[in-house]
Amino acid sequence: MMAAFWALLRRDMALALRSGGGAGLGVVFFLSVVTIVPFAVGPDMVLLARIGPAILWIGALLASLIGLERLFAADVEDGSLDALAHSSLPLELVAAAKGLAHWIATGLPLVVAAPVLALMLNLEPAAIGAVVLTLLVGTPAVTSLGLIGAAFAGAFRRGGLLIAVLVLPLAIPVLIFAVSATSAAVTGPVPFGTPFRILMGLTLFALVLGPVAAAAALRAARG
Amino acid sequence: MCDASKIHPQGPSPHAGETPAAVLKVKGLSCQRGVRLLFDKLDFELRAGHALVVVGRNGAGKSSLLRIVAGLLAATSGRVCLCEGATERPHTEEMHYLGHDDALKGALSVAENLSFWRAMLGATGVPVADALDEVGLGGLERLPVAVLSAGQKRRLAIARLLVSRRRIWILDEPTTALDVNAQARFAELGRAHLDSGGAILAATHAPLDFGPRVGTLQLGAKREVLA
Amino acid sequence: MALLDFANPTRFLSLSARLIPWTAGVAALALALGFTLAFLAPPDYQQGETVRIMYIHVPFAWLSMFGYSMLAASSLGILVWRHPLADVAHKAAAPIGATFTFLCLLTGALWGRPMWGTYWVWDARLTSVLVLFLLYLGLMALRAAIDEPNRAGRAAAVLTLVGFINVPIVKFSVDWWNTLHQPASVFRMGGSTIDASLLWPLLICALGFTLLFLTLHMIAMRTEILRRRVQVLEARAAAEATA
Repeated sequence: MMAAFWALLRRDMALALRSGGGAGLGVVFFLSVVTIVPFAVGPDMVLLARIGPAILWIGALLASLIGLERLFAADVEDGSLDALAHSSLPLELVAAAKGLAHWIATGLPLVVAAPVLALMLNLEPAAIGAVVLTLLVGTPAVTSLGLIGAAFAGAFRRGGLLIAVLVLPLAIPVLIFAVSATSAAVTGPVPFGTPFRILMGLTLFALVLGPVAAAAALRAARG
Repeated sequence: MCDASKIHPQGPSPHAGETPAAVLKVKGLSCQRGVRLLFDKLDFELRAGHALVVVGRNGAGKSSLLRIVAGLLAATSGRVCLCEGATERPHTEEMHYLGHDDALKGALSVAENLSFWRAMLGATGVPVADALDEVGLGGLERLPVAVLSAGQKRRLAIARLLVSRRRIWILDEPTTALDVNAQARFAELGRAHLDSGGAILAATHAPLDFGPRVGTLQLGAKREVLA
Repeated sequence: MALLDFANPTRFLSLSARLIPWTAGVAALALALGFTLAFLAPPDYQQGETVRIMYIHVPFAWLSMFGYSMLAASSLGILVWRHPLADVAHKAAAPIGATFTFLCLLTGALWGRPMWGTYWVWDARLTSVLVLFLLYLGLMALRAAIDEPNRAGRAAAVLTLVGFINVPIVKFSVDWWNTLHQPASVFRMGGSTIDASLLWPLLICALGFTLLFLTLHMIAMRTEILRRRVQVLEARAAAEATA
């Protein structure tokens, strides 16, 4: 069963890296969001430093959703999902493997790019560290919750903004504790660890909920 | 969606061979799509070494029937069960389903696609290289699937049936896009599968020469009489 | 005649094979000479040693715009003359232009740290280059998203020209936005004329980097032509296997 899990993970990573626009697009989108915010609020470095963590998190949140609409849809359209349903891997783990591949190809590059973008927003070193840490812990939760939207979009052949509408409300708790952990690291008075531990808890919860709910959505479509 | 009250203990299966054990039984299967009743209280069984070909006009529910048997669609009522040698494994793992789509990724090579399915479905069949030779794609291992013709993609999809050994093949129009030679080759592969104790449930318009042990299941006949 | 030679992919392959050693060689010489002069030049009275970043930063800035002009010219070639080599030139230039633009931003940031005390300010000029970088990345993403090469080429050409027309508007808007908000802390680069002792090394470096750009571009075009031939051969191999 694990062989099947790794095979699916490897295939999805190869597809993300080889065929068009998968892996790098998220980072470009992230950079675009961070670029337009100063045009809206003005190039005031003090202000940007204050709202920087929030900008980075909103950018990363939206960028994490990129490519999700095709995650299951492509496999539904070419018949792969039917054959995957006949593998020894339960649909929950199929969803988990695809989610992990998507996070490595889309989420992890966001974490790597975040320090550079944080410099552009004039964040101080402590805030940069906190943002990167919360992104590292929080983006898997976003991707995992995104699996639910991806499964609905794929199974019922509805794409585009549907995923954002479905997923963004679910991701609010992650956003709250990630940004509050960052501001705790910079200004206090709560220690960084308190909201950060809640964030980790939310992530663990999302890592279970996402694949299970995605599999349920895929099964529901067989109705 | 099993409803025990709908099961009708109905007699002879639609095909001739009686001696080998049934590998799959379908009891009282009904399927309603929207307001249309595609088929109602269908009973048949699939026996080892035998093929059952589902025929019927367009929209008679051939594809739906195959998807229900393959566990990819919920039936309105009735049930599908594996008979003897029942293991703990879910019955989807006893069967291959080859639908209209080839389940291939154009960006990956021929060998990568097939190796992936071998790892996913269980490496219980022949090695990838042998399977490619069997379907006449030997030598094309490294080509990306995107450059293959429709017929070649179909043959690669058929090779999936060979790399992982499963008793029941469920085939929905398996010879679409295949030329005459490839159809003959596919029929050979099907006969070999039957000879080794496998079973085939297929929907097709083109005649498939799976040998003497082939039964026919007519779908939608009643509606034609009414019409 | 030279242009016509370039117009045929096979001719281009043989001609570029002869040209590349020369452009690469002259680029190496010019860069070696330029860097030597740059290090021999006196440090700036105000900026000190860090002014030497200018010798690579300014050429990168020029070439980021040169690269985009090249994309725009290739786009005309794609849309107006429908020439296959124009598409190859376009596809090959985008990542190189993006890289030079990125290097411009990077060296600018490294220069800004000692000069402004921060890696990045939302200065009009920096921000415009950043927008140019995003245009490059958008073009590459568009190409990557479309499988069929001819359609991808035409789509990318349209986007390039839209971007080309839009760049002055972006530049104007960014200037206007920036003058509205310009924070007083920003140190502006000396607008005074550059002394000849600084100018000559800069021009030689710029020549070297331009030749480097052209060399890389020719190599990338060759790779792209060969890649397309491999695809044709693959398709032929697949077709012959059936026959």
